[in-house]
Amino acid sequence: MATVGVTYDARGLAEPDAEAPRIAEIDGEKAVFDAKGLSTRQINLELRRLLYEAGVTDVTVLNPGAKHSLGVGILTRCRITFGGSLGYFGLGLIDGPEVHVKGRVGWSACENMMSGVVVIDSNAGSLTGAAIRGGDLVVKGRVGARTGIDQKGGTIIVLGDAGSMTGFMMQRGRMILCGDVGAGLGDSMYDGTIYVAGKVKSLGIDCVPGEWTDVDTELVERKFRIYGLGAPPELQKFVCGKQLYNYDSLEPAERKLVI
Amino acid sequence: MCGIAGVIYRDGARDVGRDMTLMLQSMKHRGPDSTGYALYGPVTDLVVMRFKLADANDRRDFEFMERLRRSQREVEARLVELGAEIADVERETEYAFRLAFRFEGDLKSVADYVEDVPNCEVLSLGRSLEIVKDLGDAESVATQYHLDDFVGTHAIGHVRMATESDVDISGAHPYWAYPFSDVAVVHNGQLTNYWQWKRRLERSGHRFQSMCDSEIIAVYLAEKMSGGASLEDAMHDSLDDLDGVFTYIAVSADALGVAKDEMAAKPLVLYEGDDLVALASEEIAIRAIIDREIETYDPYEREVLVWQR
Repeated sequence: MATVGVTYDARGLAEPDAEAPRIAEIDGEKAVFDAKGLSTRQINLELRRLLYEAGVTDVTVLNPGAKHSLGVGILTRCRITFGGSLGYFGLGLIDGPEVHVKGRVGWSACENMMSGVVVIDSNAGSLTGAAIRGGDLVVKGRVGARTGIDQKGGTIIVLGDAGSMTGFMMQRGRMILCGDVGAGLGDSMYDGTIYVAGKVKSLGIDCVPGEWTDVDTELVERKFRIYGLGAPPELQKFVCGKQLYNYDSLEPAERKLVI
Repeated sequence: MCGIAGVIYRDGARDVGRDMTLMLQSMKHRGPDSTGYALYGPVTDLVVMRFKLADANDRRDFEFMERLRRSQREVEARLVELGAEIADVERETEYAFRLAFRFEGDLKSVADYVEDVPNCEVLSLGRSLEIVKDLGDAESVATQYHLDDFVGTHAIGHVRMATESDVDISGAHPYWAYPFSDVAVVHNGQLTNYWQWKRRLERSGHRFQSMCDSEIIAVYLAEKMSGGASLEDAMHDSLDDLDGVFTYIAVSADALGVAKDEMAAKPLVLYEGDDLVALASEEIAIRAIIDREIETYDPYEREVLVWQR
């Protein structure tokens, strides 16, 4: 298999003169195109042409080939289906799309996602859902380390295991983790809620068990119902102990003594 | 940043040189400074030594070629002096050589005596392993060293973005686990207790050819394996002994393994199929040799995984 040739300008910017390849087959509001042999920039330009210029609202991208940074910055309500795996930084900064990835995603998928839905059929790398602000992210396989780092809103659902430092510095939102979780769960979290079905290797600083309420039951059952995930497993709830950051007038040295 | 890759076939030898070039070229953006390969061909009764007598970016003065010729003759004379029977000599570039010979003695003494020739560095020594590394991307190195023709059972490779030491062949990966034959390492990350381990290993009689922190891993594994540890045991020990962020791939004549530090700070994607195991810093490298949808995953922190051939 030959690799895609990518050109760079003097500043190192990739494919400064790239244009949308205009290869999609369009049928009303639906379109499909084969990304095999296309560069990252060509795929994204074709995707944006269809969604912003051609009046298409439902795009299928075949053979994405685990290329990086696909589907980034899509800010309109639409459906996108990727017929295979994505590389790093896929679907970052999106606001509105419903995305289905029929494969795996690499590191930092959906980083800074604002709203919409992303369903990933297989596994995800580290930093999945980093700093997401809204929307639902469903990973049907396992995820790497630092999932939901700096999460500011939205819901992340993982059906498999999660790595270390999951929910590190989480600020708001919810995470439903159906497998085992690595060390340092919720380390240094400010707020938000983490639900875990499996074993927790260790809790991070200031992450503590929370009290289960009817609101938790309603949320979990609703999310599982929406995404057809069957009956939810039995979950433990973890929240911020609110002893670490900005919840008191202690000096940093004093805070260490308290915790 | 750097990119690492490995592949091991479960069904015998294949075009491993070509496959590794495809994997490394697809990760060129992770490191354009240099590219290196550790390739494993069929085990033979010949010892293969890859060595260099100068660097790609060395100054070419009027004496340059004559100096190389003198040094090459000296290397061959020293091998014969040690009792080796030279079977084949190939000059791959102006300054890089592949030499095959029959020898039954101590390979450390061979490496030490040969490296005593001015500017000579032994890149690899073994009955299966051949390390090739040079400046530039994978396609240029593969073309220069004719690697598309290399048939073997497994390999690792590295594309380097130099952060810790010079851009030269000595600073390029893979590193041979001197003096342990047929063991090599590629690494992505930074080791923070480099000097501590370097002093410790030098006191044990090991030599270092570079100022690159990654060389420590190879020599560390060699030290452990010289003491009787298996590759897998040595890799497990390294998780406690080596400090910093790292994902590294280590390889021997019959095994290939990967280890991740306790933060899982450096990426690695893994595919385990019936016919091969492929792993790389980015999935795009695995896709370069597998033209179908596959299931891949990231190993977790403190994981050591080893596959036997």
